[in-house]
Amino acid sequence: MVFAGLDIGSRSMELVLLHEGQVVEWRKSDTGYDPLGQAAGIMEGLSWDSLVATGYGRKLLAQNVEATVITEIQAHAIGARHLFPDCRTILDIGGQDSKAMALLPNGKISRFEMNDRCAAGTGKFLEFMASGLSQPLDEFGAFALSGQPGVSINSMCTVFAETEATSLMAKGCQANDIALALHHSVVRRSLSMLKRVGLNPPVVFTGGVARNPCMVRLLEQDLATKLQVPEQPEMTGALGAALYGASKAEAHLTASSADHAAGRPYRG
Amino acid sequence: MASEYDGMWKGLGMDLVAHDQLLGVLGQGYTDVFLSQKDRPAGMDYFNFVMSEVHGLRIKEILEAREQGEKVVGSYCVFVPEEIVRAAGATLVGLCSGADFAMEEVERILPRNTCALIKSSFGFKLGKVCPYLESADMIVGENTCDGKKKSYEQLDKLVSNLYVMDLPQTKSDSARAMLKAEYARFAKAMEELTGNSITVESLKQGIAITNAKRKALHRLAAIRKADPEPISGLDALLASQVSFYDAPVRFTQSVNALCDELEKRVADNVGVFPAKTPRILMTGCPMAVPNWKLPWIVESSGAVIVGEESCVGERGIRNLTDDSAQDMDSLLEAIVDRYFKIDCAVFTPNEDRAEHIIQMAWDYKADGVIHYSLNFCQPYQIESMGLDARLAKEGIPYLRIETDYSPEDAQQLKTRVEAFVEMIG
Repeated sequence: MVFAGLDIGSRSMELVLLHEGQVVEWRKSDTGYDPLGQAAGIMEGLSWDSLVATGYGRKLLAQNVEATVITEIQAHAIGARHLFPDCRTILDIGGQDSKAMALLPNGKISRFEMNDRCAAGTGKFLEFMASGLSQPLDEFGAFALSGQPGVSINSMCTVFAETEATSLMAKGCQANDIALALHHSVVRRSLSMLKRVGLNPPVVFTGGVARNPCMVRLLEQDLATKLQVPEQPEMTGALGAALYGASKAEAHLTASSADHAAGRPYRG
Repeated sequence: MASEYDGMWKGLGMDLVAHDQLLGVLGQGYTDVFLSQKDRPAGMDYFNFVMSEVHGLRIKEILEAREQGEKVVGSYCVFVPEEIVRAAGATLVGLCSGADFAMEEVERILPRNTCALIKSSFGFKLGKVCPYLESADMIVGENTCDGKKKSYEQLDKLVSNLYVMDLPQTKSDSARAMLKAEYARFAKAMEELTGNSITVESLKQGIAITNAKRKALHRLAAIRKADPEPISGLDALLASQVSFYDAPVRFTQSVNALCDELEKRVADNVGVFPAKTPRILMTGCPMAVPNWKLPWIVESSGAVIVGEESCVGERGIRNLTDDSAQDMDSLLEAIVDRYFKIDCAVFTPNEDRAEHIIQMAWDYKADGVIHYSLNFCQPYQIESMGLDARLAKEGIPYLRIETDYSPEDAQQLKTRVEAFVEMIG
């Protein structure tokens, strides 16, 4: 059987196909203004036995395509746990939201925190600031790492932070120093979320922002622990969704064969 | 959209255009949230009717009684002793709040970071869309939180009939004495307003009417311990909300009729959600009509709400008033005893509330507790932080939500609530 997981986030969507426990296909695309159209594009030419959707667009997809839905919180927990079986804490920073999850030793979520209505401390914040400092997003982390500490950005609001950055520039601060300060401000917010759920190592960092080397470095410094980062951190949710589908199918089969063993008729 | 009540509303000085808009939104919200539910008890028809006429027939009824000399007292809080209002032969109604209205005007009077409930009550006044407020002969403001007591200073400039009741902040003996003195002062004010004297007999009757209403709501609450749940949390909340507007005796009968039906459902093992649906206890700030955002999100995320630890819920009706005394002072003592037990977050310390939440979680077999507080409501927000460790010790999963009346965070709230339901399911 082939299990598909689709994570429709606010900025990008990811698709993972699993066959016999192995990832056989993964794809990624921007969400854009037409998530359904983009989802159709990303799924084109593929087939599967079960589809599990997660992320902001999960409901929209399930209204149009046969799919089970789970929240991105559960999807990231399952995905992270699959990649790092001992992980106890997960930080996920995506395009427009960020969350921290604490897992019990058995992998169940014991508590979670999520940003509420604004996109402070998320990928969108970094994207906006990178563009303000005329840096390509992919290189923004490396650029910030070349900066020197000493300046700080105190506001988490994207608009106010930009005002702060502008006034620092007017004072003659270097762009890479400001970039470092902006990363520090996102890290501070992430740390406070992590502390609220209780910080048990090992900590896994997922979501597109986990590709940013400055974020990883600063978090590791402040947490005084090494972070575990998946090779494709933005795929973690889609992977978790696909794994969820696989585990449901397995539970179903086990229940059916238990019925069978007990002499009860097979119920499909 | 002309209504048969236009003349009545106009007579109350209301803004018909704005009010039409409000009723339009309210009607649509009610259809989406309540009428779309499956397998609702037939007994909810009465509450549907009350809601459809909440600014119409009920106001007409109140105004007709008013023409016969019955005074109308409007209140914003469950500390206003209903027994005393009824004993004086007056009607007590809850005043409108629960939706954002005329916010630009409100924010010229109150700071933006005032809680949504207070801002909303001003919005209904400034927008001229609350017929209860406009029908009231006396508006009782009560000194609970700082936000409310300071905003009453401003409300006093907008209305001519505000009566401010002082309330204690601790449960000490001197605080109790202060509450008694305030209730005695209020009784006198009620006598002056109505021209009726409060007698032992009328006070006993006031207590009986109010207790009967509470008992009916206790019965409804007890039924909700069943699994499968015979009534949605939304419908049960609606009954609590309607208790603030409706004629008390008729309300009591309607709740009891609903309970007869629900008890039969329980006996037949019939529910509005499948058995073993994750069960949620809501706790926190009061939810006035039409503030149904969070309960709606919870019950459309695969969970059922089994109880409300709230002023619009169990906190508001938990205790009965002892009516056995035979003299005025002892009856007043009994009333003070009853209200002094209310575990509102304005009290310090307020350990009873945490105990009640834990007790309710066990009694109603809740799988998790969701704390709802309004942004900028410090008393409940601060208590919600402390509850975290208390509930963890009991092994009760807990989710804290801070929000307001606007729909802008609905999507994020939905994700958080769904994840919580996944976690406890």
